[in-house]
Amino acid sequence: MAVDAQEFLTFTLGDENYGLDILTVKEIRGYESVTKIANAPPFIKGVINLRGDIVPIVDLRIKFNVGKVTYDEFTIVIVLHIHNRIVGIVVDGVSDVVSLLKEQVLPPPNFGVAFDSRYLLGLATVNEQMIILVNISELISSEEMGLFDASAETSG
Amino acid sequence: MSIDMKQFHAVFFEESQEHLDEMEQLLLNVDVATPDSEMLNSIFRAAHSIKGGSGIFGFDALASVTHIMESLLDKIRQGKMAITTDMVDLFLSSVDQLKEILHSYRGNEELNWAGVYDLTKQLELVTAGKTTTTSDNENKNGYGFFTEFEKAKEEEGYGFFDEPMQTVQVEDESFGFFDDLPDPVSEPALASMPSPVQAINDYFGFFEDLPSPETTAAFAPVTETPAVVPITSTKPSSSLEKPTAIASTKIKNTEAVNVESSSIRVDVAKVDQLINLVGEIVITQSMMSLLGKNLEGALAEKFQAVANELERNTREIQEAVMSIRMLPVSFVFNRFPRVVRDLSSKLGKQIDLVIEGGETELDKGLTEKLVDPLTHLVRNSIDHGIESAEMRTALGKNPTGTVTLRAAQQGGNIVISIKDDGSGLNRERILEKARENNIAISDNPKDEEVWQLIFAPGFSTAAAVTDVSGRGVGMDVVRRNVQSLGGRIDIESRAGQGATFTIHLPLTLAIVDGMCVSVGEQTFIVPLVHIIESMQPAAKDIRTLAGDDQLLHVRNEYWPILPLYKVMQLQPQHTDVSKGIAVLVETNKYRFALFVDDLVGQQQVVIKSLEQHYKRVEGIAGATIMGDGSVALIVDVESLALTVNNKIHLAVAV
Repeated sequence: MAVDAQEFLTFTLGDENYGLDILTVKEIRGYESVTKIANAPPFIKGVINLRGDIVPIVDLRIKFNVGKVTYDEFTIVIVLHIHNRIVGIVVDGVSDVVSLLKEQVLPPPNFGVAFDSRYLLGLATVNEQMIILVNISELISSEEMGLFDASAETSG
Repeated sequence: MSIDMKQFHAVFFEESQEHLDEMEQLLLNVDVATPDSEMLNSIFRAAHSIKGGSGIFGFDALASVTHIMESLLDKIRQGKMAITTDMVDLFLSSVDQLKEILHSYRGNEELNWAGVYDLTKQLELVTAGKTTTTSDNENKNGYGFFTEFEKAKEEEGYGFFDEPMQTVQVEDESFGFFDDLPDPVSEPALASMPSPVQAINDYFGFFEDLPSPETTAAFAPVTETPAVVPITSTKPSSSLEKPTAIASTKIKNTEAVNVESSSIRVDVAKVDQLINLVGEIVITQSMMSLLGKNLEGALAEKFQAVANELERNTREIQEAVMSIRMLPVSFVFNRFPRVVRDLSSKLGKQIDLVIEGGETELDKGLTEKLVDPLTHLVRNSIDHGIESAEMRTALGKNPTGTVTLRAAQQGGNIVISIKDDGSGLNRERILEKARENNIAISDNPKDEEVWQLIFAPGFSTAAAVTDVSGRGVGMDVVRRNVQSLGGRIDIESRAGQGATFTIHLPLTLAIVDGMCVSVGEQTFIVPLVHIIESMQPAAKDIRTLAGDDQLLHVRNEYWPILPLYKVMQLQPQHTDVSKGIAVLVETNKYRFALFVDDLVGQQQVVIKSLEQHYKRVEGIAGATIMGDGSVALIVDVESLALTVNNKIHLAVAV
């Protein structure tokens, strides 16, 4: 493997394929019932018990208004480890792990995807499929998500 | 490399802190009339250990102070000098200063070198043989006079004075160096620094001709112009003492090594992680037991037996792990002999401190936070409670007052009480003060209600503000501190017989006694501390105000009703208050009725932080994990009370 290759976990949201840095992934698990939290935006489903840690669950399908929002035994949660915090994201499905070289990654477009281009690393084509690479740390810790307290964000 | 050194620093700081604490304890127990030699040896060893470490790491201020302390201690130990109360005082203040120095080194802060010099000088003077207070004081006076004088004139005299100072410094270094060498080398090592020592010896020799150099030295500065000489003359004498000190240091050092503690230092974070993981095992185990109940046949019986065994083991593991965080309460109590000693001499009262139940164990987090409130209460007892010896004699009491600190475990609680045999709380004065401060009181309040008044902010019954107490910032802070630990504080008092303050605390910070209540499909925990009672209200007791707000009528009082489902934005089973349960809760300032669907039961829950991975949520104090692995939120009654108050301005002020 080339030295500057980076590995991405690819997942689907609606019809599109996305990729996120695999080093931020703690684990992948099925969706379980959450404890709701008052005054939270609808895309924050609530919190779960992850081996003693109280972890918030974010449904990216609601946040970006893509895909069908259903919860069953096939619903997937990717548990991420970002800035010393743990967050679970609900996606439509997890597909693969791909290794990409720097030159395979193209600059991101300014339109046409659910994510603001601020949160994109670029585009890549694997097996004739386009993968949108997401800067997941930036997205999760963004003010827009409202997951972190402003003060905690700097310390984390 | 530098990282490595830093690691050692941390250990050194911790150890030094322990040595200092030990020294303080021992010093407080020293019987001046018949000092216990083993005790003196222990103090000496503690000083020596700190000196050794600080020498290695280059913490010069620590090394120089402990070095002189060590010399003085050695003299006392060898019986060359009798220990006096003043010496003990000086040692105690040295310990204080060493703690400060340690703190400065630890925090990379600027050192108070002036204080270090002052202290070393005082110690040097005492070491030099000024055994009595008078000569010590005069010496200090002389010194004070001398510094003023030296500023005024005698540039040369100052220079002269400066030189011996350096010799002491040089000698210090050689001393450290010498410590590592076998004894025979000691003579040449000292001899190899000819000039400074020589210089001193010369002057010293000059003074030796006088009949009693010590006394002249003490008086000379006050009366004569060459004030420089007496001060320096004390230094050589101390330097001459040092070789003997070194020899015995060697011996004692080997002894110190033998006394090794059987404990290990572990990062609290590691322990907490362990506690977390064990909590998980307990939950997994209970889930497994639940699954096992569905089994049938011969296998089911076997499985159940194994499951029971596992349950017992996991509970034991959990208890054992929790106990790692526990520290004996004596960690807090041990600082009080010092507080009492200092205060009683300051206030001119005779006080005995009795400590009971110091071995009672308490969560480490709690012990740290207990220090301030307890100190405050002890100071209060001594300042306000215990009368002066004359007054006590006049009242027919023992002239020596007694303050008792007691700790005991009662069920899931730790009870700590501070009891004095003083005058007790003064009911009339408290009532008078309350009227002055416009605090609402009923016409003929019960004693308990009166005592509660002293917890009001800004309340002080002290006739005069002293630097010990009486500023009125105290008791409300004490109560708030205790409550923030999930505890409560009670007062008992009898005029003329004394007062007892009792603090009830949960066993650990991480656990809260709570009532589980259900709203819709979710479970919430309401801390038991706040709950007065729970009831199913009758429809006739519910009054509706303009809008949706409702009041509950209970025994001639109106309680604002706060439906938990509205706050938590949930779909409840009942929206009609008379179908559900009203939990009457009380905070410092407000009371209200929390409306929930049902009561699930009372249980102790482990508090988990929501903020660790999410953020603070209004009305929620934290979360916990229930037996089935689901998350339940812990209701923050205090912040809900504020919402209630903002919404309905009818919340009944307590």
